[in-house]
Amino acid sequence: MSTSESPAEAAPDRGVPAVELTGITKRFPGVVANSDVNLTVARGEVHALCGENGAGKSTLMKILYGMQQPDEGSIAINGEPVKLRNPQDAIKAGIGMVHQHFMLADNLTVGENVFLGAENLHGIGRAARARLAKLAERTGLRAAPDTLLEELGVADRQRVEIVKVLYRGAKIIILDEPTAVLVPQEVDALFDTVRAMQAEDYTFLFISHKLDEVRAIADTVTVIRRGTTVGTADPKTITSRQLAEMMVGSELPSPETRESTVTDRDVLRLKDIRLSVEGSERNILDDISLTVHAGEVLGIAGVEGNGQTELVETIMGMRKATGGTIELVEHDGVAHDLTKLGTLARREAGIGYIAEDRTRHSLLLTQPLWTNRILGYQSRKPVSNGQLLDIAAVREDTRRIVEEYDVRTPGIDVPAAALSGGNQQKLIVGRELSGEPVLLVASHPTRGVDVGAQALIWEQIRQARADGLAVVLVSADLDELIGLSDTIRVMLRGRLVSSADPATVTPQELGSAMTGAGAEESEKDTDAEGGATE
Amino acid sequence: MSSWRTKVLPPLLAIVFALLLSAIALIISGADPLTAYGTMVGQLFKGSTAVDTVNLATVYYLAGLAVAIGFQMNLFNIGVEGQYRFAAVTAAIAGGALDLPPVIHTVVILLVALVAGAAYAAIPAILKVTRGVSEVISTIMLNSIVGGIVAFLINPDMFGVLTGNNLATKPIAPSGHVPGIPLGSATLFGFVVIAALIGVGYWFMLNRTRFGFELKASGESPTAAAAGGVNAKKMALVAMLVSGAVAGLIAMPELLGRDYNYGITSTQMYGFTGIAVALLGRNHPGGIALGALLWAFLDKSAVSLEQIHVSKEIATIMQGIIVLSVVVAYEVVRRADLAAEQRRVGRALAGNGRKGSSVAEGGAV
Repeated sequence: MSTSESPAEAAPDRGVPAVELTGITKRFPGVVANSDVNLTVARGEVHALCGENGAGKSTLMKILYGMQQPDEGSIAINGEPVKLRNPQDAIKAGIGMVHQHFMLADNLTVGENVFLGAENLHGIGRAARARLAKLAERTGLRAAPDTLLEELGVADRQRVEIVKVLYRGAKIIILDEPTAVLVPQEVDALFDTVRAMQAEDYTFLFISHKLDEVRAIADTVTVIRRGTTVGTADPKTITSRQLAEMMVGSELPSPETRESTVTDRDVLRLKDIRLSVEGSERNILDDISLTVHAGEVLGIAGVEGNGQTELVETIMGMRKATGGTIELVEHDGVAHDLTKLGTLARREAGIGYIAEDRTRHSLLLTQPLWTNRILGYQSRKPVSNGQLLDIAAVREDTRRIVEEYDVRTPGIDVPAAALSGGNQQKLIVGRELSGEPVLLVASHPTRGVDVGAQALIWEQIRQARADGLAVVLVSADLDELIGLSDTIRVMLRGRLVSSADPATVTPQELGSAMTGAGAEESEKDTDAEGGATE
Repeated sequence: MSSWRTKVLPPLLAIVFALLLSAIALIISGADPLTAYGTMVGQLFKGSTAVDTVNLATVYYLAGLAVAIGFQMNLFNIGVEGQYRFAAVTAAIAGGALDLPPVIHTVVILLVALVAGAAYAAIPAILKVTRGVSEVISTIMLNSIVGGIVAFLINPDMFGVLTGNNLATKPIAPSGHVPGIPLGSATLFGFVVIAALIGVGYWFMLNRTRFGFELKASGESPTAAAAGGVNAKKMALVAMLVSGAVAGLIAMPELLGRDYNYGITSTQMYGFTGIAVALLGRNHPGGIALGALLWAFLDKSAVSLEQIHVSKEIATIMQGIIVLSVVVAYEVVRRADLAAEQRRVGRALAGNGRKGSSVAEGGAV
């Protein structure tokens, strides 16, 4: 573990770096999550790791915490190369992680939570309690060790998590989106603690996509984008705008897609949609009104957790709106009220659905591809004649999708789980564009798929749009949003706060609108993102 | 698709493993395993044992199917026991009271049994769908209640008839019987045919109907089913009712083929055996049939062990070990098979132009 006792001021480039990741690459079947990532964290600094959702931050941190092993690259802690096979190895190397979702037992006391699993360090008696008291003071945890955890607020729980990793001897602490659950005053208090501990030679890795917070706390910031590190900067000198540019990239897809196919025929009309959950004062969706026309792609931009998932599920009928109406307009202009209908009836009315998490919502993983063709279409031709399935037709149509959408598979009898993510997604896109939908609801349609599949999926969506399909597109990939959309609406805390014209907007401007950077209202909304579900 | 290995290997492995473990139990108890196993197999060819085994297997098969319907969507219908006993007593009372022409009489009794089983399953189903009560808890309680209901209904003040020492419902007239098939000294239940037809119907429902697809989809992934427009509550309700209806038939082979009345001495616990049989057969109609036959064989030939002074409870030990081993073996083989399948797909596509080195576009995992 580290040696020198000299209090570290915010000055990088001194001595041996606390953490040095070199050339880290991590592949999952069909996906490269991290590609040649280099990260150097000096001792005693607060190092922010910035990037969009899905950029590869969490995979990188899981590698550093030993939860996953890199395929290539090396890790050095305090100058010594280490192999981190599991979190125990990481803890031994002095690394601790405070997860975004706390790993605490509600029915145990503060002390028990801290000692649990670390009994062999100081036992559970007086020595342990003395150590706990010292760490509690250091982190500003005021709750008595005998308090039950369920009686603590979110900020105190977070402190218990920090104490937990300190108790295990961590000198390098990973804070995974620590402010997502805190109100602004709590954020300030957390930052005070971090600064005080920094003075005691602790090193912090701070993961966030909130630019203003990064600028407030970090000594150094490294930006990660599409699985790789794009650069390191000093937050004191860089502007928010430059940082946003690094995060979302500045190359735009070719503008040839820009010729408008938008018609003035309404397809989907949402009016004053509200969604509330019990136990939360803030609505997850607040007075959402929008109209999508035939041939139009309506892009919804937003930082994850601002209600996009819930909006999509409300349109699909998987959640029941608390208020408002949803209408689907038929070709002849007759409005079809969907508000009270279930998911199947909405699908039958002509909505295709590409879900955000394909393994949870779009596929039956152990079933063969042709069985997956049935899902969502079990009541319609060619899949079924009412109550009876037409297996031959299903198999035939699955072969057509495999062919037309270039699904790379040895056959239609392999289980869906055996395909790579990109090929799974191509199958889903093919299925959801079958049956002549009038509206496609696409949530992160190219998340976690390889470049080839992404291009194909984009092309299919463009083609369907040219044929008059209306599309609601939710994506965290701003290039995708700007490249595909005809109209962009920005969603923040359950509301559609602004619009943008994809022909003129830059990713930077969009990024600022999404993160609320510059928009002071987000500071005042004390509820943070706590009410949003996963 | 799952290969023959996934289907055949696990039960075979499990049975071999169970034989080995039971052999240890036999040796501990001081018997020679080979003699014991030989005696059990030999018993099959003595007297009416073979026919008795098939008859009992018919009952177990229906019980296994009833449980399997719930299992398809991860509904644990422990209440098959209660549902079949409620249906049996109701059908026996109705059958004894009615006077109808042959065939029609039988059909009416079967319909009463189906409806009664479904009705008793409707209680946990409605509680689950409207109030979120776990079907495991509510059906266990309803199992315990059914004993009281049977005792109440076959009381002489209600519908019971006291014959000698035995209290039972009024016997069903011959017009309501399901005729048996004489085989040597024994009679095979005519219900074997009906049970086989129900098995075929179960297969068809599962593989060829929208309901079967929605049932399987709900079991495999409730979230994907919901996104695919399957109404989870409706499926839970219908699956429970169908499971209860099939459960209602469990007592029918014996009621209409041998006993003709239902009383306090009628056999119990078929519903629980059905859980084991469904697990053994992996909810597959053919598998359940084999499981039911195996289970019935162990039950029927266990008595022969007493001839060679071995406790017949050794058969119960074997049944337990078989179920546990089957569950473990299937899971082990399933995982190995999926990994092999992924490698196979990977190999089949190797060199097919997939670049592994390109940067993931927004690749989150």
